[in-house]
Amino acid sequence: MPTDLAQLRHEPGVSKPDPILVVDNMRKRFGGIVAVDVDHLEIQRGVITALIGPNGAGKTTFFNVLTGFDTPDEGHTVFNGENIDGAKPHRLAQKGMVRTFQLTKALTKLAVIENMKLGAKYQKGEHFLNALISPIWRGQEGDIERRGDTLLKRFQLGHMRDEYAGSLSGGQRKLLEMSRSLMAEPSLVMLDEPMAGVNPALKQSLLDHVRELKDEGISVVFVEHDMDVVQGISDWVVVMAEGAIIAEGPPESIAANKLVIDAYLGSHHDAPLDFSEEEAILKASDRGGETVGGEEE
Amino acid sequence: MHFVFGVFDWLFILQQSLNEAFDVNAIVFALAAIGLNVHFGYAGLLNFGQVGFVAMGAYGMGLAITLWSLNPFLAILVGVLFAVVFALLLGLPTLRLRADYLAIVTIAAAEIIRLVARSTAMRGITRGAEGLNEFIGPFRDLSPFNPSHDYGFGPFVWRGNQFFAIVVGWILILIFLLLVWQLMRSPWGRVVKAIREDEDAARALGKSAYWYKMQALILGGVIGGFAGMVLAIGNATVQPDFFVAPLTFFFWLVLILGGVGRVWSPVVGSVIFWSLITFVQNLGRQLVDNGYVPTSIMDTSQVDQIRFWIVGIALALLMVYRPQGIFGSREEMALDAH
Amino acid sequence: MTRILDLAGGSRRLVGFALLTTLVLSLFAVFAPVARADGEAIGTRLLYNEPESGERLPVAGVSFTVQDLSGATIAEGVTDAEGVVELPIPGSGRYGLTIDPETLPPGVFLADPERTSVVVDVLPGKTGRAIFQLVNENEAAVSGIARTITFRQVAQLTVEGLKFGVFLAMAAIGLSLIFGTTGLVNFAHGEMIGWGMLWAYFFNFYGFAGVFGFMKDWPPPFGSGVNLIFAAILATGMGLLFGWAFDKYVFAPMRAKGVSLISAMIVTIGLSILIRYVFLFVFGGVPRFFKDYTAQSGIQIGVIDITPKDLVTAGISVAILIFVGLFLGRTRIGKAMRAVADDRDLAESSGIDVAKVIRFVWVAGSGLAALGGVFIGLSEQVSWNIGFRILLLIFAAVVLGGLGTAYGALIGALVVGIGIQVSTLWIPPELKNLGALILLIVALMIRPQGIMGRAERVG
Repeated sequence: MPTDLAQLRHEPGVSKPDPILVVDNMRKRFGGIVAVDVDHLEIQRGVITALIGPNGAGKTTFFNVLTGFDTPDEGHTVFNGENIDGAKPHRLAQKGMVRTFQLTKALTKLAVIENMKLGAKYQKGEHFLNALISPIWRGQEGDIERRGDTLLKRFQLGHMRDEYAGSLSGGQRKLLEMSRSLMAEPSLVMLDEPMAGVNPALKQSLLDHVRELKDEGISVVFVEHDMDVVQGISDWVVVMAEGAIIAEGPPESIAANKLVIDAYLGSHHDAPLDFSEEEAILKASDRGGETVGGEEE
Repeated sequence: MHFVFGVFDWLFILQQSLNEAFDVNAIVFALAAIGLNVHFGYAGLLNFGQVGFVAMGAYGMGLAITLWSLNPFLAILVGVLFAVVFALLLGLPTLRLRADYLAIVTIAAAEIIRLVARSTAMRGITRGAEGLNEFIGPFRDLSPFNPSHDYGFGPFVWRGNQFFAIVVGWILILIFLLLVWQLMRSPWGRVVKAIREDEDAARALGKSAYWYKMQALILGGVIGGFAGMVLAIGNATVQPDFFVAPLTFFFWLVLILGGVGRVWSPVVGSVIFWSLITFVQNLGRQLVDNGYVPTSIMDTSQVDQIRFWIVGIALALLMVYRPQGIFGSREEMALDAH
Repeated sequence: MTRILDLAGGSRRLVGFALLTTLVLSLFAVFAPVARADGEAIGTRLLYNEPESGERLPVAGVSFTVQDLSGATIAEGVTDAEGVVELPIPGSGRYGLTIDPETLPPGVFLADPERTSVVVDVLPGKTGRAIFQLVNENEAAVSGIARTITFRQVAQLTVEGLKFGVFLAMAAIGLSLIFGTTGLVNFAHGEMIGWGMLWAYFFNFYGFAGVFGFMKDWPPPFGSGVNLIFAAILATGMGLLFGWAFDKYVFAPMRAKGVSLISAMIVTIGLSILIRYVFLFVFGGVPRFFKDYTAQSGIQIGVIDITPKDLVTAGISVAILIFVGLFLGRTRIGKAMRAVADDRDLAESSGIDVAKVIRFVWVAGSGLAALGGVFIGLSEQVSWNIGFRILLLIFAAVVLGGLGTAYGALIGALVVGIGIQVSTLWIPPELKNLGALILLIVALMIRPQGIMGRAERVG
């Protein structure tokens, strides 16, 4: 664990020496249910922070609110010292906060390399009039492509470069999404359950890649509901339950925390969910591609 | 010259079909479908009111001359402006919402335009149900072709004025095809295509989905507006009741026939559509005229309704069995299911 | 709005010009009277512009009286099918011809409401002609005629709007429930309305033999037409059948095939065009009336004038809507429908047969739409393209109320119904649907989830 975190007390809302993201008094309700209820949270720069909690704890909603995909009912967020209340997702991405999704969003009908090129910021050719005149953007396009190829190689996707992203396996899509987010040169990467649905062999490689991000000086926040996954990789763990932050600390302290164990095993495991909780959980789970009758997949 | 087998004048039918495949109607449909291709094929926007853009282009250009006596080039600019304004009006409330809301709003908005244009209240401006008829002069003055001469070869023969509209129309098609081709290979096109696939992914990578969708809506709408202008010049009239809602779905059929999301498909689709419709309709007319189909079942005026049946059935069947169009490959469509 | 008012000003000048022409023409009529064998007469011919087609059509059944110089009425009569009335007078001289504006049919007005009498000099042995300029409802609205807003008018239009609103609601609930349970926006829903309306027409006039010629010697309802009440029940049955077949043969297979919602939507459009133009082929383009209960005179309830048929059909609709509400709230299948609409997967995992529920929604929704169609046909006319005209209003209602909720659809439909009727106080009736469509767009801007809808999480 980095030394600058070692001195901190292990309690919710504790101040960090160099926070990249600060959240204050954030609330989000769906109907009568309070999905997010965070008084104060700071995310340390340059480390890997895990956001864990049982299903329905409000992690994904919190994540959506932080990344601008959902608007909170109240609350303030400061990113890199700048107030970002009400900022749209694309603005946040331009400012350096890039996220991935629990259900991977590989753009299936674009080639893998095109997926990568999409990630790059400040492309001249993305402006309508510039787009009409190739010489304006061709040079930059070449640079972007080279950068994309380098990243693809690093993520073991080099051989798939010209395939449709739709032909990638689930694990490869996760890798693509992660590498694509790096194209945007982020200072903070927000990964929404990067290990979900990935086979154990690939899990290790994914974890290595997450570690590499940190080595490059990128701050990482990732959502995970499996406590074991976070043990080996995270520097700091934030635990959510019923919308609120109930514990913070290094992974080893979290594993022993009584409140956390209660949240995972406690009040719920002997009483069945009542309807409103069940609804909250279902609301929180992402909706996939729709077909007639709303059949998913 | 007639080439008759049995009762059918096949040569006439064939000639008509080939002629229609390149005539003003086919141009109008191709342009409208190019616009729709930008909307749906590339940006994934469900525009069910493309006919509204066509009407805006036609009325904008026509009114600029009948009302404000502008010169033809400024009139075309007004037509473009009308389409842009319509796109903004549609896009502002709906582009943040689910795709099907845009569909509902566009079909309603297109119908609003038609109802307003033909209303008694607007008679002082749009001439109500009569439509605009006195704008063609300045355009005909631009024509290098002699109005009393025939131009073309083989089955493709048109009078001077008509030929002018057709030449202008095909040049426009070429220009817009090149434009779409260039845009879609540029980073701009990449963003638009990404938004079609997954808006949230594009937003997470710093692209303003809303703004790009708006640009696409405007671009496709302006191309639709040009369809309306070619229509107006080709027919020398702008009739409100031409712009009925089902027409939009003729454009859709043209687009799907050729293959959604391919640069050339709207043109291919339109040529096929018009030759096919003309063929079937002429055949039907001759069947009725020669008593093969008793008039108790169908009379000549009802033959013209057949096209709606064909469009309806074709649209439904293509969407289920060949959504990739007649030339497209199944594979690309299959990527959707993951 | 300002633009429309501007125009109204322009058209007022137009009307003024028309009146001037009328005067000149009446003078002309005085000097060029038509010869008439049996002595002197005075007469006129009434024509107006039919708003849909723009054709000039005669106006029949309008009462006229003739006054002599003393003001005494000396003759009276009614225009014939050609719109012509000619009344005998005792001799040449100056007479007044007076129209009774109350006898003008609905939607036809005097261009100058003050000018009910025309003075005509009749020459010996001739027929003196007067001209009464008439305008249709749109022209009247544009020129500002018939524009005094009274409480009676507002009340009357509100009641008519309510009536139309409940018919609309019957049709809209089906669309909303189908959307709620399947996510599909059914563009062919309007054709379900037309389907019910046209079947009722055929049963009313011809029975099943209207379609199956071989049945023509069978007893009613097979061989010949039946009373509209029975025809409406049969048509509703056909509606139920339509919904069942639509789901079984079109949408269930598509669901099984995994066709995307957008593709499915385009399929419904294709089918709606096909079906509508088959209606045109079979029924023809001219709107017609049912055989029974068409010409009813209204009864007075307070300040409201309403026909018994409208009262009965609106009453039945309200009863059915209440029934639907109770059904959704109280019965097992009703609750299952709402569960599927709320969360399909949750419903499925809690043991609900989702396919069965969806089938039921299609059948019920289609049946309601068919009956709504019969009622609309009875209150207006039976026409082939009612489906598309109503569809946009249903969209307005359903979006206004919140897609997918039954109560939302009901409230949206009432708002749209009342809105379009009452709006005719200010805008020409031909544009009355416009208000609903604009409302739809504005509603989306302000409250995209609808009046009754809930905010949904995005992203």
